[in-house]
Amino acid sequence: MKRLRRVPCPRLRGHGKCRKRRSLPTRAWAGHRIGVGILFIVFLCISCRISPAAERFPPPDFTDHQLPATQAPAAPSPVYEYADLAFLIAALGLASYLAVRRRSRRGLFVLGIVSLAWLGFWREGCICPIGAIQNVTLAAFNSTYVLPLTVAAFLALPLIVTLFFGRTFCAAVCPLGAVQELVALKPLRVPPWLDQALGLLAYVYLGLAVLFSATGTAFLICRYDPFVGFFRRSMGADMLVFSLSFLVLGIFIGRPYCRYLCPLGVLLGWFSRISQWHVKIPPDRCIQCRLCEEACPYGAIRTPTTVQPPADHRRGRRRLALLIVLLPILIVLGFGLGWMLRQPLARLNPTVRLAERFYQEQTGRVQGTTGATDAFRNTGRPADALYAEARSLLGSFGLAGGLFGAYVGLVVGGKLIYLSVRRRRTDYQPDRAACVSCGRCFWYCPAEQALWKNNPAACGLATMPEKT
Amino acid sequence: MDNPPTTPNRRRFLATALRAAGALGLGGLTAGLAAKRGRTGEYVWQLDPQKCIACGNCATYCVLDESAVKCVHSFAMCGYCDLCTGYFPPEPIEQRTGAENQLCPTGAIQRAFIEDPYFEYRILRDRCIGCGKCVKGCSAFGNGSLYLQVQHDRCLNCNECAIAVACPSQAFRRVPADDPYLLKVRGKQA
Repeated sequence: MKRLRRVPCPRLRGHGKCRKRRSLPTRAWAGHRIGVGILFIVFLCISCRISPAAERFPPPDFTDHQLPATQAPAAPSPVYEYADLAFLIAALGLASYLAVRRRSRRGLFVLGIVSLAWLGFWREGCICPIGAIQNVTLAAFNSTYVLPLTVAAFLALPLIVTLFFGRTFCAAVCPLGAVQELVALKPLRVPPWLDQALGLLAYVYLGLAVLFSATGTAFLICRYDPFVGFFRRSMGADMLVFSLSFLVLGIFIGRPYCRYLCPLGVLLGWFSRISQWHVKIPPDRCIQCRLCEEACPYGAIRTPTTVQPPADHRRGRRRLALLIVLLPILIVLGFGLGWMLRQPLARLNPTVRLAERFYQEQTGRVQGTTGATDAFRNTGRPADALYAEARSLLGSFGLAGGLFGAYVGLVVGGKLIYLSVRRRRTDYQPDRAACVSCGRCFWYCPAEQALWKNNPAACGLATMPEKT
Repeated sequence: MDNPPTTPNRRRFLATALRAAGALGLGGLTAGLAAKRGRTGEYVWQLDPQKCIACGNCATYCVLDESAVKCVHSFAMCGYCDLCTGYFPPEPIEQRTGAENQLCPTGAIQRAFIEDPYFEYRILRDRCIGCGKCVKGCSAFGNGSLYLQVQHDRCLNCNECAIAVACPSQAFRRVPADDPYLLKVRGKQA
């Protein structure tokens, strides 16, 4: 067959001197039209699958014809990236000012729409701080991948700002947050147990995203970004269903992506816990009217605590002690489970999948070939190199899967401990980790409105954040 | 929070220390990555024409409506055939340039007579959708001078290239942005 492929078909060359030189002995074939036809079909099948691209027709030497150059247009200038970065810095600064100092819900809302227009619809949701987690991970684990500086800044800047002002990035800069802010028309109250349990999903998603980007398997966050399809105005049918369901869900449950999936939200939540100037609900004194709790569509307002009966207190302490003992067990259990999951996890890696399929084909366990195995055969690489690469990947998936499992165990145990610790609160306060600084709470706060009425000129500005 | 703000306490000290550590750590991370960036350039997506099997996924899987992958032509490798199998289907109705005779669904290949018996084929970039039909024809019967390449003026350089995920032959890989094309050169067969 190899010989067949190398023989060029005489018709291809058309007329001219080449035809004579390259004609096949046609007379010998004359009586075997059917045979030739079958051979031609076989030839067609083989050639179409594998493209050896041999030089079947030597290029002519033109005397007075200048060969054009192959088109290879350069990438557009990086000025857009720097413009995005400038926009991010400006928007983060403005959002923090509007949320913490100016206390303007309206301003935050308008800024959110501007961010949605710029980072979402104009720049088509790419570049995005949520996805940048994966780039940083990949750069940390893969020495050949070089992280673009703007991408690093897109991850670092929101985190640094959150350290000081809380999650103002979520309030008005993130385009995904802005979409959900717009559709949150009829938010229902999610029961706290369900809210806390679903909140764990984001931790798991973050872990998976890091696991898969560290092993160079997939960029989960980008692949399952629910709103980027809207920004680009093009997506597959499966993603359309996924995105639309998120959008519809967002009408009744405030920010479902931010609260239950966003991996960056997890990091921002932790940074926000220690933020210096977080949004405060009442400008001066809380009158315990509960209006902020009613207004918050994200269940991020924590209510004042009551004095606990001594029996409950004792029981609570016992439970806490038990959970603290349970934590290392959960971590070890998670490690074991994750380690056992290494094979299904590794199968998501294209190299491992290729090696597996190739091995099955070589040993005759499956019939036929796939495009991937054909292409691999085409490259002429030895199979052992592929197997070795797959084996080392499987090894790293064992460790990574174990660490991922341990991390999930830690998160679950940590959440249980967190829920068992009672904190004393006398006023309604935002949960610093969950609060996205959207500004609805103080917008509805009667104390704030009274302040506006008394001194409209000082509206908002009178309410200075806590000074240090 | 009951303490006056000026009184330092343990919790406040810890929070400040953590904030400082966080800010410094993130700053250090960015600086470290910037230093690494100084040594090597960034990476962009490109498809290896030696691995490409012209399956047609490039035309449909790209996140752009009009794919960032388009056909390019290595003129030095072309045989300048009259009956070009990248231009005509295997059994053309007649050997003319009418649309019904062309393999390209968008008529993106321009055929021009050079000298007897040679014809030159040029790709009209605006029309090419990167379906790879001509590539398949050219590599099956010709010299393989027509091949697909990611066009960097169009490519968004997604984190996870949607075509790379769908590519059955793993032909997509990241290449240095300084040299973003894997062009075919005559006589150089990988």
